[in-house]
Amino acid sequence: MGEFKINKTFGEINKKIQDGSVVVLTAEEMIGATKELGPIEAAHKVDVVTTGTFGIMCSSGAFLNFGHSKPRIKANKVFINGVEAYAGIAAVDCYLGAAQTREDDPLNKVFPGRFRYGGGHVIEDLVSGKQVRLEALAYGTDCYPNLRHEADMALRDFPDAWLLNPRNGYQNYNCAVNLSKKTIYTYMGVLRPDCTNANYSTSGQLSPLLNDPFYRTIGLGTRIFLGGGVGYVIGNGTQHNPNVKRSENGVVMGGAGTLSVKGDLKHMSPKYLRGASLTGYGCSLNVGIGVPIPILNEEMAMFTSVSDDDILAPIVDYGLDYPQGTGAPLGYVSYAQLKTGEMDFNGQKVTTSPLASYSTALEIAVILRDWIKSGRFLLGEPQDTLPSAPFSGFEMLK
Amino acid sequence: MTSKNVLLIFKSNIMYKPVIYRLARDFELVFNILEAKILPRKEGRILLELRGSEDIIAEGIRFLEQNRVVVEPLSDKVWREDEKCVNCGACTGLCPTDALSMKRPEMTVSFDVEKCVACGMCGLVCPFGAMRDITLFDPFAEGRSDSK
Repeated sequence: MGEFKINKTFGEINKKIQDGSVVVLTAEEMIGATKELGPIEAAHKVDVVTTGTFGIMCSSGAFLNFGHSKPRIKANKVFINGVEAYAGIAAVDCYLGAAQTREDDPLNKVFPGRFRYGGGHVIEDLVSGKQVRLEALAYGTDCYPNLRHEADMALRDFPDAWLLNPRNGYQNYNCAVNLSKKTIYTYMGVLRPDCTNANYSTSGQLSPLLNDPFYRTIGLGTRIFLGGGVGYVIGNGTQHNPNVKRSENGVVMGGAGTLSVKGDLKHMSPKYLRGASLTGYGCSLNVGIGVPIPILNEEMAMFTSVSDDDILAPIVDYGLDYPQGTGAPLGYVSYAQLKTGEMDFNGQKVTTSPLASYSTALEIAVILRDWIKSGRFLLGEPQDTLPSAPFSGFEMLK
Repeated sequence: MTSKNVLLIFKSNIMYKPVIYRLARDFELVFNILEAKILPRKEGRILLELRGSEDIIAEGIRFLEQNRVVVEPLSDKVWREDEKCVNCGACTGLCPTDALSMKRPEMTVSFDVEKCVACGMCGLVCPFGAMRDITLFDPFAEGRSDSK
């Protein structure tokens, strides 16, 4: 990578963070900076760009160790506030999935179900400091004789509690519409028939992976803002697919890269971890993530200055195509257009609404920027990068 | 000219009086029935938009109350729990009256209760239960907890 005019390392940037001379901008601010200064000067001046996203991320959950009871127990069924946590691991460990519903939830028996309380809500209650009811059942062994253990516990009572999310931060996502003749209730919200409304769900120009589209700086060990505390990228997320169609600027034109993340739940906040109920669909968790992107060279300056005009989302029919796993995108629409609240589709006006909070995403990017400026948050250099795709470079840098 | 949305509750003893017609004839108020439900022999509920000058609207409401109609401003019945709202915007595409709308460029969600017709869509779609899921036509709906 010797072809760049600006070449910085993680170590150099971390030194600047420690001596207070680091220059950090949010991904929103970087758009204007690169336009004004040009990519080379911008890469020279700016050291880190912070990103943010706050949306529903179903592939999330908490890994909890609830400590030994007296006498000891080897739990094989665990419920927290009536929500089952997977207990097929060591004696007092369990994994509480964000999408797990309560045992007595009526689900979709009376359609559409409301799914008022599930795994995501338990996680929110825990980080809010509320007490939860833990119920563990066991078959009993010589070393773990207890058959049943119940306790009211707050987060501080758990010896270990991690947020451990297999797939977060999708790099771009569908814009969902419904071409069928009836209202549908999906994980992309409520969609009216005949393509009356469209829902989209990423923070666009603020979104972490849209600002580092080839994962040059993000990988195992990247230190991030996670749920209001500090976390780490621990690898690519499930369904990570770098080989999605890309536009000329390298930006993916559909769901592509994903992140797997981990962090200590005890330092997180309910402001950035929120249980969610999706009518007719199920329970989930809103997760706040912010990833710092080091501006190692002018190409990273170009990548991080991507704006909503340059990012396209595929329009997908959730009435028939998506559920059946058939069909192709019906078209593409820019995030700049989606953010206006209206788009044209087949000659008709369609109302567009976001599902991820842009204002909270910006709040996260600003918090992360301030953490880095304060010298308390150093960049984590990836020990391993994520699977990527080839890129021939930007014309204007050649 | 101003407009106000009010919930009218007609107890069974006055259910068959033509009071709404007199709002137009005696007060020259423009009324628009947004939703109505009559439970036979129990009570009737009407969600009414009143349009006119502020004074005349107040007079009209006084007239209704004199005729034993229970009048409640909609803003006491429908509200957003602001601390639960994350400003995602999921509700804005389904709100039929733009009572819930995106404020741009901040991309925060504004709620203008005066435009609300209590259709209940936002209650159905909000993932965080920020819009109190009441329908005005449910006699068991709870009121605002901080009101007397």
